[in-house]
Amino acid sequence: MDSGSRSPRSLGRNDDSGIPRTTEGSVFHEPWEAQAFALALSLNGRGVFSWKEWAATLGEEIKKAQAAGDPDTGETYYHHWLAALERLIAAKGLADAATLARTREAWRRACARTPHGTPIELRADDFGE
Amino acid sequence: MAYDHADHADHHERGSELSEMQLRVRAIETVLAEKGYIDPAALDAIIEAYEIKIGPHIGARVVARAWADPAFKRALIEDATRAVRTLGAINRVGDHLIAVENTPKVHNMIVCTLCSCYPWDILGLPPVWYKSAPYRSRAVSDPRGVLADFGLQLPADTQIRVWDSTAETRFIVLPMRPAGTDGWSEDKLATLVTRDCMIGTGLPKRP
Repeated sequence: MDSGSRSPRSLGRNDDSGIPRTTEGSVFHEPWEAQAFALALSLNGRGVFSWKEWAATLGEEIKKAQAAGDPDTGETYYHHWLAALERLIAAKGLADAATLARTREAWRRACARTPHGTPIELRADDFGE
Repeated sequence: MAYDHADHADHHERGSELSEMQLRVRAIETVLAEKGYIDPAALDAIIEAYEIKIGPHIGARVVARAWADPAFKRALIEDATRAVRTLGAINRVGDHLIAVENTPKVHNMIVCTLCSCYPWDILGLPPVWYKSAPYRSRAVSDPRGVLADFGLQLPADTQIRVWDSTAETRFIVLPMRPAGTDGWSEDKLATLVTRDCMIGTGLPKRP
């Protein structure tokens, strides 16, 4: 957590990096962002993790991504959000990374065999090799 | 198990193909729903609330009330968490909301240098620029320059205070009531209150 939430920061000067400007409008770019957002709120609401833990983990993911060259302009924000979510889900013992990866691959197979325009459903055999 | 989530637009454009991010989110949903940690219907309700019901109009009501009602303004400055609750706005458990008041001498702005802590329950979700690294760093190092980027020129002797939000402590800026609004109703006052003026990167609209 950053320092002194009640103390005003002093004035400083000056770099020339730009702040992205966007119009108002939808708060989510894509549906998965909304789903990831709601997952974190829901798990927090159930007491799986505190909001303080959440913010600390998200902050770490943002720093990690910055270090790896992410422009961190806010556009990739929900990528970091999702990384934090996966990490906390594993850390709290809800689902480990291997289970999530296996389920992700199952969805990929379900997706590949589903004709265009048809709802994608998972079947048991999607989990096979 | 049937999953029929909000990826329809995607189907139309690209056939049955899910992006890496969609696959990851679906995997989480599938596993956690199976284990009973989440309820997909509850997720939809959360999304709907933040897309439709919760937004800066709630904060605008708070500000307009403070402008119109000195007793409410005192209560807001003293304990914003409680004051906002009396207006019926929900507040996340454990959140501590602080209202910081602009005066002719002091202009306040809010930031989260760490990530994106923000008073969601009264302002909705933060704009993209609020989450960007340039805003997060420059709001602290060069607030006057940031305000200039937003088209806001303050008198040189106005002090700028920048408040760094955390997971537990959120801020809302209480802007100055615009001149020429004597006798205005709360509803009418609320129409002057913009999201950015409650973040401190803007001023209320002029009447």
